[in-house]
Amino acid sequence: MPLFRLRRDGGLPRTPRAHSPLPWLALIAVILGVAALTFAWLAGWIGNRLTTQRFTDAIEASGGPHPGFRRAHSKGVCVSGVFEPSAQARTLSVARAFSQARVPVLGRLSIGGGDPYGADNTARVRSIAVQLGTDDGQQWRMAMNSFPFFAVPSAEAFFEQTRAQRPDPATGKPDPAAMAAVLEKYPSAKAFQHWAKTAPWSTSWANTTFNGINSFWFTNAQGERRAVRWSWQPQAAFEAMDAAARASADVDFLSADLRQRLAAGPVRWNLVVTLAGAGDRVEDPSVAWPQDREQVVAGVLSLDHMQPQEAGPCGELNFDPLILPRGVRGSDDPILAARSAVYSQSFNRRERERAKGLTERAPEGAR
Amino acid sequence: MNTRGGHFNLPARLLHWTMAVMILAMLFVGVTMVASVQLRPMLVDLHRPLGIAIGVLALLRLYNRLRHRPPPLPADLPAWQVAAAKASHWLLYGLMLAMPLVGWAMLSAGGYPIVLWEGLHLPAIAPHTPSAYAALRGAHSVLAYLLFATVLMHVGAALFHLWVRRDGVFQSMAKGR
Repeated sequence: MPLFRLRRDGGLPRTPRAHSPLPWLALIAVILGVAALTFAWLAGWIGNRLTTQRFTDAIEASGGPHPGFRRAHSKGVCVSGVFEPSAQARTLSVARAFSQARVPVLGRLSIGGGDPYGADNTARVRSIAVQLGTDDGQQWRMAMNSFPFFAVPSAEAFFEQTRAQRPDPATGKPDPAAMAAVLEKYPSAKAFQHWAKTAPWSTSWANTTFNGINSFWFTNAQGERRAVRWSWQPQAAFEAMDAAARASADVDFLSADLRQRLAAGPVRWNLVVTLAGAGDRVEDPSVAWPQDREQVVAGVLSLDHMQPQEAGPCGELNFDPLILPRGVRGSDDPILAARSAVYSQSFNRRERERAKGLTERAPEGAR
Repeated sequence: MNTRGGHFNLPARLLHWTMAVMILAMLFVGVTMVASVQLRPMLVDLHRPLGIAIGVLALLRLYNRLRHRPPPLPADLPAWQVAAAKASHWLLYGLMLAMPLVGWAMLSAGGYPIVLWEGLHLPAIAPHTPSAYAALRGAHSVLAYLLFATVLMHVGAALFHLWVRRDGVFQSMAKGR
């Protein structure tokens, strides 16, 4: 308002002058603009931060597009059976799966990689996913791998590693320099590579040990909390498969082997729970805990049926390792959070593709 | 310059401001949760109980709204603004009720357990149907963006009444007698 504004009669205006709306309109625009931009940034629409969408895009870029399938561990079979907890299990956690005599299990056995029609005999990593559904309606989902520790300690490192696996358009193969840089930066990635090169391969899913890799917290009836990791240790004896045997094996040998074993009876694993010792890294999946930690056999998984994933129930489930029952909680392991995020994104994308009828068909000659 | 009398009743004002905070938090939690590589587990744990709570409060609010007429809009408000006000309010009611239901149905159709917090879960309200999941998951996002846009327009209009028109509309929701 101007300081001196005399009216014709010389007096000051008596009625309040109409205020200018412009500054107020500008203020409203700023408030709404800040809210909208914050929302857009959090959604990842602006800016370049690592989002679940970009992570999933990087995983897709490291293989070809395979619509309608999981973005990782895409090839597998559905399995079903039962979990029977041991008497010791309930001393560890109040999880209903540890007190119910027989818990129905839906699961999936798979191989690493993004190709749903990939070759079993060149897949270094094998995996199992299970869902324990108890009579109180709770669910416990696990997604576990044949490697003993994760290659990298953080989500950013996981992203860098995924990007390094992206094929160079010129050569069709990953850039060796990019992978070398990741190996140099992360000692655990180098240790993982050593494992991949030296650990013996097994002949079957049924004689493979699967590790939960990430840590979780168990709470028992006394309210005691323990940091744990778990593994499925096969009851079938380990048999090594050398390079020559792998070279001559069929691309679908794992499912053929499983079919043969199931025809003879259930295939079993023990759930082995390892309790963290003092100083063990709960939040870092790239460091295995020492071998001498206390272990408890918490139960036995018996699988007795298998189905192709296209026909079975496992294809339509997201085996998010953070779907947990009361008595089990996820740790603050950043890889665990990243897996949960990316699995969800992968699930959303593939269910959308399947709904649109875009599911990739088996190549000629396969199965 | 409060040129009009009348207020929303106390339950309406309490519900409005409580839900304003909850819905804004919910929209930001939702959009962050879907994009964040690290915060998803924590935010999902917040999102589900908060969403169900908003749904329950929206029902109470609808009941109160249908039993108590809100104060009239200023007589000199242009007809298009009156129409926009009415339409956006019913859209807000619709979305406040639809979002929790779509989210709940979506999790059901996706085969997910609907865990409110450790040990407490809701029953599925739709069969495990992948194609329904895909549609509902898409709808949950689209409706969330629509809700956010409507909330922004609502805030913009409320501030326009407060600072530009100065006609008491904002005060009718802001203060008691």
